[in-house]
Amino acid sequence: MGKTITEKILAKSAKKETVVPSENVWLNVDLLMTHDVCGPPTIQIWKDEFGDKAKVWDKNKVAIFPDHYIYTKDEHAKRNVDILRNFAKEHNLPYYFDVGTTRYKGVCHVALAEEGFNIPGTVMFGTDSHTCTSGAFGLFSTGVGNTDAAFILGTGKIWEKVPESIKFTFDSEMPAYLTAKDLILKILGELTTDGATYCALEFDGEAISSMEMYERMTLTNMAIEVGAMNGIIAPDEKTKEFLHKIKTVEYEEFFSDTDANYLSQHNFNVDELEPLVAKPHSPDNTDTVKNVQGTKITKCYIGSCTGGKISDYKFAAQILFDRKVKTPTFIIPSTTNVAEQMEAETYKGKTLTDIFSDAGCSMAPPSCAACLGGPIDTTGRSVDNDVVISTTNRNFPGRMGSKKSEVFLASPLTVAASAINGVITDPREFLT
Amino acid sequence: MNKKLKGKAYVLGDNIDTDQIIPAEHLVYSLSDEDESKKYGHFALSGTPPSEAGLPDGNMPFISGEKNESEYSIIIGGSNFGCGSSREHAPFALQKAGAKAVVAESYARIFYRNSVDGGFVVPFESTEKIFDKIRTGDELEIDFDSNTLLNITDGKKYELNPLGDVLPIIEAGGLFDYARQSGMIE
Repeated sequence: MGKTITEKILAKSAKKETVVPSENVWLNVDLLMTHDVCGPPTIQIWKDEFGDKAKVWDKNKVAIFPDHYIYTKDEHAKRNVDILRNFAKEHNLPYYFDVGTTRYKGVCHVALAEEGFNIPGTVMFGTDSHTCTSGAFGLFSTGVGNTDAAFILGTGKIWEKVPESIKFTFDSEMPAYLTAKDLILKILGELTTDGATYCALEFDGEAISSMEMYERMTLTNMAIEVGAMNGIIAPDEKTKEFLHKIKTVEYEEFFSDTDANYLSQHNFNVDELEPLVAKPHSPDNTDTVKNVQGTKITKCYIGSCTGGKISDYKFAAQILFDRKVKTPTFIIPSTTNVAEQMEAETYKGKTLTDIFSDAGCSMAPPSCAACLGGPIDTTGRSVDNDVVISTTNRNFPGRMGSKKSEVFLASPLTVAASAINGVITDPREFLT
Repeated sequence: MNKKLKGKAYVLGDNIDTDQIIPAEHLVYSLSDEDESKKYGHFALSGTPPSEAGLPDGNMPFISGEKNESEYSIIIGGSNFGCGSSREHAPFALQKAGAKAVVAESYARIFYRNSVDGGFVVPFESTEKIFDKIRTGDELEIDFDSNTLLNITDGKKYELNPLGDVLPIIEAGGLFDYARQSGMIE
C-alpha cells in the first residue's frame, strides 16, 4: 500500500521507515512558531518546567511574530510584546520580528511564507490554529497550545497522532469570478466544521497547479475550519520559484503515491462552482452569493491570514477600480511585505493602494486586527448589530467583536462587489 | 486521581468554539499571576450567546455576577467541542472557573490536546448525544473505572468512551509530568 505525502513527512520526522494513520508518534520538529497571544504563556510554562537557566532547544528553529494585538492602547497587550522582546534578547533569538522596527512583519502565517520558513518536507508546529496555512508549500504544519509549544521549545519533540488523509481534486481552469476562498467554502459546506477532525486535507488538480502560492495558502489556511490537523499541497515549480526568490535552500520533496490510502476522495470541476458565502454563525453555514444577494451590510473587511494577502487585494482591485464604496470598508494587509506589494502592484496603471484609497476604503497597518475582534480599540472591530462581510476565516458568535453582530465570510471579489452596492452582491455583476 | 467526580452540570450545545469559551479581548491577561489569572475564571464561557447559555432554558450564565468561580463543575456539550482558535486559555479558563471535566460527543483536536497535555480538564467523550437529556444544575457523577456518567437527579446513566492513549498523560497530570515519569525529560 502506498503512502500519502503527510504520512511520508511524518515518518521522516519520527525517524521511522513508515507510519500508519491513528498511530501516535514522537516527532522531531523543524520549526516552532509563536506570537504575542500565546508566546508569553508558552515562555512562562517553559521557564516553570525547565528552570530559569534553561536553553531553547535550537534558536535557529524558533520564529516569533508579534501580530495579534499591535495597534492598541491596551497595556496588557503591550506587556505581552515586551515579554517576547525580552525573551528574544535574553536567548539571542535570530528570528524575532519586533513591533515598531523595520523588522516588523505582521500576520505570522503569511510572514512565514514571505520570510522563507515554509520549507517543503519539514515539520512545523505553531501556537495558532491557522499554522496549517504553511502546508501550501508541501510541509506538515499544524497548531498546538502553549503546553505543547513549551515542550517543543525545550526538547524539539512532540507527540502527534498520524492523521488519515482526505483528498480534494479541483479540475478545470478557475473562472475569473472564483477564488480559492470559494473552493474551501465549498468543502466546508460539504464536510461541515468537524468533517475532517484529526485528518489531513490534501489538495490537487489542474486548478491548484495553476494557482499562485498566496491563493493556495487560502485553501490550507482554512483546513482547520473543517477540523483538520493539516492541509497540504505537493511542492512544484511554483513552490520552488516562490522560495528561491527569498533564499537559496535545499529541500526534500515528498509526493503521495498513486495507491496511497484516503479516508475519502472528492472531485470538483471548478467551472461548475459559483461564488459562495458562509452565513452567520459558522464557516460551514454556506450558501451561494446569489441566494443571499441584497442582504444589507454595515461593514466590509478585507484582511487577515486568510484574505489579506497580495492575491486577495489583486482580486479586490479589479472590482474597486474607479468605483466608490457605499459601506465602510477596511483594508488591513496581513504583512508589511503585502503592504509594500500593494504600493508596487498596479491594475490598469494605478497602484492597488491608490485604487483602494480612491474608492474610499479605510486602510490600517498590518496585523490580525479585527479578524478575531481583539481589544476594544481595534480597527474594524464589529460593534452592536453590525452586519459584516469579510474575507476572514471564522464567523462564530462574537468572533469579530460584538456578540450581537453577524458576519458573512466570502471571497475578496464578493466582499469588494458588496462594498460597492452596500448589500451582498455577486461579483459577476462587475466582472464582464 | 479521583476515581469518581461529582458536580453540577452546565449544559451547552454543538460547536462550542474557543471564542465562546474565552472571547479574544480577554487573552491579554497573565495566566501565571495568581490575581490576574482569576479573570480567566470570571470570563469563562462569557462569549456564549445568552439563549444558549445553560440549556435547556438558556439565560443561565456560567459565572454569576462578580464571581471568578462557577457553581457548575461538569460541562456537557455536543459535537466538535472547543473548535476554532488554538488558545490554551480556553481549557485554562474552564479550570480556573472550577470545572473539572467536559463530557461531549466529540472534540476539536487542539482543544482536546490542550485539555490533556496542560492537565486542565478531563475531556470525556459520550457515546451518544446527551446535551438534550441533561439539564443545567442536575447533579452528576462520573465514574473513571466504569467509564459512565450518572445523572443523580433523574437516575439515568450514560456510557463514556474509555480515555485510551491519553489516560497515562491525564493520570500523570499533564504532558510534562508524564514525560518526567517516563524518563523523557529530567
